[in-house]
Amino acid sequence: MRRDAKALLVLILLLTIGVAACKGKAKPPVARPMPPPLVTNTGGDPTRPPDPPRPVAEPVIVPPMPAEDTIGSKSIDDLNRDSPLRPLFFELDSSDVSTDGQQVLQANAAVLKKYPGMQITIEGHCDERGTAEYNLALGERRALSAKNYLVSLGVPADKVKTVSYGKEFPFDAGHDDGAWKKNRRAHFVITAK
Amino acid sequence: MTRASVLLKLLAALMVSASALVVAQQPQEPPQQPPKQPTTVELPPLVGDAPGTQTRIAVPELLALSSDRETTEAARVVAQVLWDDLNFEREFYMIPRDTYKTIPAAPTLDMVPYERWRELGADGVVIGTVQKVATGVRVELRLYDVRARASVFGREYTGSAANPRLYAHYMSDDLHESQRRLRGVAKTKLTFSSDRNREAVVGTVEKRDVKEVYVTDYDGANPRRITINRALNVFPNWSPDGRSIVYTSYRTGVPDILISNIYAGTMEIPTKGSGQNWLPVFSPDGTKIAFTSSRDGNPELYVMNRDGSDTRRLTNNPEIDTTPTWSPNGNQIAFTSGRTGTPQIYVVGADGAGLRRISQESYADRPTWSPAPYNEIAFSARSGPGFDIKVLNIGTGETRQITFGEGTNESPAWSPNGRHLAFMSTRAGKSQIFTVDRDGRNIRQITRDGNNQTPNWSQ
Repeated sequence: MRRDAKALLVLILLLTIGVAACKGKAKPPVARPMPPPLVTNTGGDPTRPPDPPRPVAEPVIVPPMPAEDTIGSKSIDDLNRDSPLRPLFFELDSSDVSTDGQQVLQANAAVLKKYPGMQITIEGHCDERGTAEYNLALGERRALSAKNYLVSLGVPADKVKTVSYGKEFPFDAGHDDGAWKKNRRAHFVITAK
Repeated sequence: MTRASVLLKLLAALMVSASALVVAQQPQEPPQQPPKQPTTVELPPLVGDAPGTQTRIAVPELLALSSDRETTEAARVVAQVLWDDLNFEREFYMIPRDTYKTIPAAPTLDMVPYERWRELGADGVVIGTVQKVATGVRVELRLYDVRARASVFGREYTGSAANPRLYAHYMSDDLHESQRRLRGVAKTKLTFSSDRNREAVVGTVEKRDVKEVYVTDYDGANPRRITINRALNVFPNWSPDGRSIVYTSYRTGVPDILISNIYAGTMEIPTKGSGQNWLPVFSPDGTKIAFTSSRDGNPELYVMNRDGSDTRRLTNNPEIDTTPTWSPNGNQIAFTSGRTGTPQIYVVGADGAGLRRISQESYADRPTWSPAPYNEIAFSARSGPGFDIKVLNIGTGETRQITFGEGTNESPAWSPNGRHLAFMSTRAGKSQIFTVDRDGRNIRQITRDGNNQTPNWSQ
């Protein structure tokens, strides 16, 4: 009996904490247009017990929210400017995914799974050392390699399109190893989120 | 922007380009042939002084028979362009024009100062007149044999004065045909892809320049833009009748095959949007198109009818198969394959049978089959950091080199008479179109504006 009463008390306490946490969560959007309540909040500490639960609610719930917000609030162009999807680089004349490449694709797959609404196009690019003609096929194979690996990790195939640009759009206009390295890539473009 | 408004804009752009082309086409249509030839060609063709020497020809200023600006300008342009056209084929030795400025123009075609031409060492001299007529201009040209003191060949052309270069092109081709049974290329055109308009591709955060398809005369004159879709448009290829260009366009975001009927101002999409398709080439009879497609998951070769019907897959290999070119009779296709680890040139029957490898390079691509009577394939071969143009004689198996490491040299395309090649080179800095003779001599820069690539030569 006493035990049950104790349990009930704990439950009630948890519920109030929960309600308070929910209140706390719902507050900011409401609070923003109304300055007066904010002033009373900062000035008047003598608020009731709901205070303690706040720190508990914050560390658990808050972190995922800003992350979701940056993807959710950014325009697609801004996302592509500073993309959460990393490019995948290739060896000369090759469309094989390296061990490093596999890690890149695993990270990209994680992002894609987290945001199931996201649609992407994988662009296949080549350095200038191949011909314009052959590079178009090589770029297509690079894009397809990346796509097939993502699909093998559980990313739905219909979320991923491919296109090859061969050597038409180099990322680095230089004519040295450094530039060529950057230009042999599968580049991930977000087309919908 | 809504889809409908994009479509409308595209349609408007197409109509603008179509009307521009119709206007542009007018001076390009063949001028009327004269009702009677000024001379019947019964005389033997013009030859040089001694056996084995090149026949030396002079082309002095034409005589303007009326003094209006249009006529005098036409007289000046026709003489200069005719000299350039004849010089291009290297069939005759063309005497530099500044060495005979002092020789007076013949007041009539029958009063040629033969002695002066003989002193100069000319075997032949082209004398001509330009006269204003109701329909534009009449251009009369005659080739005189300086030793025989007689006209051996003559032509008269009447038409618009808008593009006098065209009369020179006609005269050059007619003269080569009559005197040497040679099919000249003066009336032919080049098509290529260029970023000269410096517009950015829409819909990407990277700054990417649009590439559109252009057409110029074989000598680079009269450049005209063919596509207006603000995307990547590359690898244009002429239909045999010269009225259509098939090319690879990223208009919808992925590469697909488009045909622009450049005089009608219409467009065809033969693949009907099935998969990604690129590098289309017309068969020699114009009824079929060979191309590369990844529609089955890997770049392979396909052949379809011009209207997109009857698509057949030609290759089946886990590596890359791409870049087709037809043999002159359309029975075989040469292409590039990575099946041995490096890109090499292969030949296969148009029915998919009889595959054989023909190149032994570290990297070979863009095979392009010469017209008859030469049985050769030109291609890009890796040589050091870049590429050079090489020509493989299929009969003998021998390979000769055309360019030698000045920049990178890629994407060769034969002239219809097999005596010249157009190609892309970075020897002058940016990517530009050049022409070269089949022996590697006579390199000329055709384009100078922006980056220009993947040329193709009309029939």
